[in-house]
Amino acid sequence: MSLRDIVSPFTVWKRALEKPYTEAKPLLTRPGADRYRGFHINDTDKCIGCGTCESVCQNEAIDLVPVEGRKTRHGDSGLRPRIDYGRCCWCALCVDICPTSSLGMSNEYQWIDTDPEVFRFVPGEENKPWDDCAKGYRRAGGYDLLEAERVPMPMLGFEESQKSFVEMVQGFSKEQAEREADRCVACGICIATCPAHMDVPAYIDAIRRDDLGDGLRIVYEANPLPASCGRVCSHACEYACAMRHKGEAISIRWLKRYIVDQIYGNDYHKFAAQAAEENGKRVAVVGSGPGGLAAAYYLRLLGYAITVYDANERAGGMLRYGIPEYRLPYDQVDKDVQYIRSLGVEIKQNLRVGVDVPFADIYNENDAVFFSTGLSDPFGLDIPGEERDGVISGLKILDDVTKGVKPDIGSSMVVVGGGNVAMDAARTGRRYGADVTILYRRREVDMPADDEEIHEAQGEGCKLVTQAIPLRVEKGEQKRLRLVWGKAEMVPDEKGGRPRPVLVEGSEEIIECDTVVPAIGQQADYNFLGEESAARLQFERGMVVVNEFKQTGDTKIFAGGDVANRTRDAISAIANGHSAAKGIDIYLNNFASETR
Amino acid sequence: MVTGDMKHTVTAAAGRGIPNLDTRNQAHINDNDRLPPIVNGKAQFDLASGKYIKVWQGPQHPGITGNMSLELVICGDEIVECKTHVGYLHRGFEKLMERRKYIQCFPIVCRIAVPEPDFNEYLFAATVEELQGIEIPERAKWIRTLNLEMARLASFFMWLGGQAGAFGIGTQGQWTVTMRDYILDRFEELTGGRIYHMYMIPGGVRSDFPPGFTGRLRDTLDTCEATLRDVERTLFHNAVFKMRARGLGIIHPDIVDRFGVVGPNARAAGFARDVRKDHPYLVYDQLDFDVVTRTDSDAFARAEVRLEEMYQSIDLIRQILDRMPMTGPFFTKLPNVLHWRVPTGHTYKKAECTRGEYGYYLNSDGGDKPRRIYVRGPSYTHAVSLMEHLAIGCNIADTAGLMVSLHTYPPEVER
Repeated sequence: MSLRDIVSPFTVWKRALEKPYTEAKPLLTRPGADRYRGFHINDTDKCIGCGTCESVCQNEAIDLVPVEGRKTRHGDSGLRPRIDYGRCCWCALCVDICPTSSLGMSNEYQWIDTDPEVFRFVPGEENKPWDDCAKGYRRAGGYDLLEAERVPMPMLGFEESQKSFVEMVQGFSKEQAEREADRCVACGICIATCPAHMDVPAYIDAIRRDDLGDGLRIVYEANPLPASCGRVCSHACEYACAMRHKGEAISIRWLKRYIVDQIYGNDYHKFAAQAAEENGKRVAVVGSGPGGLAAAYYLRLLGYAITVYDANERAGGMLRYGIPEYRLPYDQVDKDVQYIRSLGVEIKQNLRVGVDVPFADIYNENDAVFFSTGLSDPFGLDIPGEERDGVISGLKILDDVTKGVKPDIGSSMVVVGGGNVAMDAARTGRRYGADVTILYRRREVDMPADDEEIHEAQGEGCKLVTQAIPLRVEKGEQKRLRLVWGKAEMVPDEKGGRPRPVLVEGSEEIIECDTVVPAIGQQADYNFLGEESAARLQFERGMVVVNEFKQTGDTKIFAGGDVANRTRDAISAIANGHSAAKGIDIYLNNFASETR
Repeated sequence: MVTGDMKHTVTAAAGRGIPNLDTRNQAHINDNDRLPPIVNGKAQFDLASGKYIKVWQGPQHPGITGNMSLELVICGDEIVECKTHVGYLHRGFEKLMERRKYIQCFPIVCRIAVPEPDFNEYLFAATVEELQGIEIPERAKWIRTLNLEMARLASFFMWLGGQAGAFGIGTQGQWTVTMRDYILDRFEELTGGRIYHMYMIPGGVRSDFPPGFTGRLRDTLDTCEATLRDVERTLFHNAVFKMRARGLGIIHPDIVDRFGVVGPNARAAGFARDVRKDHPYLVYDQLDFDVVTRTDSDAFARAEVRLEEMYQSIDLIRQILDRMPMTGPFFTKLPNVLHWRVPTGHTYKKAECTRGEYGYYLNSDGGDKPRRIYVRGPSYTHAVSLMEHLAIGCNIADTAGLMVSLHTYPPEVER
């Protein structure tokens, strides 16, 4: 010990003159740091209630709850996260993982109340002083727990694709599929939007687990045509996908296709549900499109003896005759049909109900009838000259191609319409070497065709002319025909509907072409029912009126697909078929004996 | 004389199967005829004789560095037996993590050492990254190293105040706790949290520096360094501190390995062991520093080692700020954390925290949750077995000073 050890401690006194370190609370309030993890904020209009915050929360502090004034709609569960501050640890993983980036944290850290209940609250729905706080924790750029971008799908380039009918989308490899499946947050918001309510997160999980047999089982629970749907489904699910708010939706359709592509059709029975013993009851199905096949499949599983009547040479309906092979190869339709057939469903081909066999016979021989005959009758353009040679409907062209007949296209065609049939006809025309122009009455954003169809059609060299109204078809000079069309302007609809195209008076343009292809929609043909049966059904704007189980005015007759729903796509038809199968089962087990 | 439950047995280190401990304490007991005789390494005493008193220190006591307690038997003012009691803080983290997805373990681990959570974050992330085969970006390595050194500095400041306070010197404790808070201010603006930073996530770190951060950090370092010099002058050249710390709790070099003593406790006994030097991780191989050692191995020597390591930390942070890349990615993409399955395997990673080697053992069975995580906190040996051994013969007034001189954090004893 030295003298220094005695003296030096006294130098602490020099600090007596310094200002205190502490804040004079409550006179001064120190704000939290700019990225402080304080109390939660939530932009509840941006939030879709997907519940990913709830899944990642290790404290189970977050519950998705209904809130006043919010309803469930496509892509929004209508629920919002409620956070329990008795459990929260302010780790902000919920903020990091939020696919819509609606969740954040303010830098506010003081909240005093005598009522403990208030600390369990729904941020954004209950007004808090920090709701508009711009500071506080947000996910930093350069750090992300989710992958916003899709795994690119290997596809034929446009140069290559327009030369042949080879399938354009080539399908995921195992590695690609698993990487894409990994992006899914498994929120399940897609399930509500899918018309067939397929359990998408479950089959995507099966891909991650590499248990594709289980994936197939899950897929077949709600969709017996997955090889087809995995290619051409209108994928409403992908428009509702939570990841779409972050970047690109999960490739749900192509993941389904991946599962189906990995399993041979002959092995399906190892994984999918088995048919029950025959129960002695018979159900007839008219039409072998997606609606008819779905009804046949689910009814067969329940033990009914099924006969499907189909006018065409091969089963599949519009899947086969309305969709070109480069989108949906015929062998894939065969794969779906073949499995349904293998369960004991009898499909009678080349048998036109109402012509070859009266509907009344079928009605009398069976316990119930389901018809899903689709829209086979194309609308005409309703303009002068449309009876001329060289005006061929889009459906006819597609039908011819499937049947192996070379369509009479010539070297140039004009397709009129903006739906998927129009795109299919146009791209088929390209594959036969024709110059193709697509005329559409409204704007490109109004086109009912899928975005990728429009994009691919243009990529393959189809010229798109929008706001164009066909006026008349005349005989051409250099070519077979001359289509005269006028420009349209968009007029806002007073009733609040979408803007209507109105012809600009006096405008006239001319296109010379060999073929004019109307593809502006089609309607149903109910002649096959016969007058007596048709009289018992109700029709509304060309469609059969059905209840939720697809039962018509005649309790024994059920209907679905394009004749009974306005969505008019394969997956809705499948959903209709499934509902009808349930309806028929309920009807035959509970009510039929009384009426027979 | 001694019967039934009146019989007590000293749980000295000797009783744990470590024979013939040649330490000052042992010798002291044998030399002093006021203390109970030792048979087979265990003190024999009779509480009913009135010669011995049982005293509890803790679980609420400023000298116990957290929630644990010492059950002391004293004779006069000398300790003849010390039993440690933990369990006041047990939250079952290791077991909790077996029921959590990997990403959900990330907010848990920091709680295992409250004053110095960052080593948990780093080691958890490092073990997971190793099994998954993730290489984090260069800049993330530097930011992590910076973070760890800041954590060491803040933790040492907290210890320094406690060490002074344990000897009845209150003033410097006020200063050092303030310095710690200044460092926590920097943590707050960098990570969004003061105590639980939750910043070093598997894959890197969660955010880049906020604007102007390095300047403010350098200012804070200058303030800390100036205060540290004041502390050095008034505490390390302080007659009271010297008299009470010198010769207290000598860890004989022979027992360093037997007890698994690490960190400054071992370095004060002359062992130049430092994980940062011996098994460099992150960017420590690119930084210039020497391992600090002393040979006296008493509370004062340990304090000197730590003081020097505080200057060292300040220097290392400055080196990091000078040398680190100031741009570039700080995070590398993980598999979707909601479904993340870490490949089967096991690994052990270690790092040098203020108390010594901190380690994480991770065993994965290929599932989405850890099969087993074992946390090696250096406080386990220091606060339990070493403390029970060193306390014997110690004056009861010095117990707190002794305990703090071992620098223990009970939460890491009971994970």
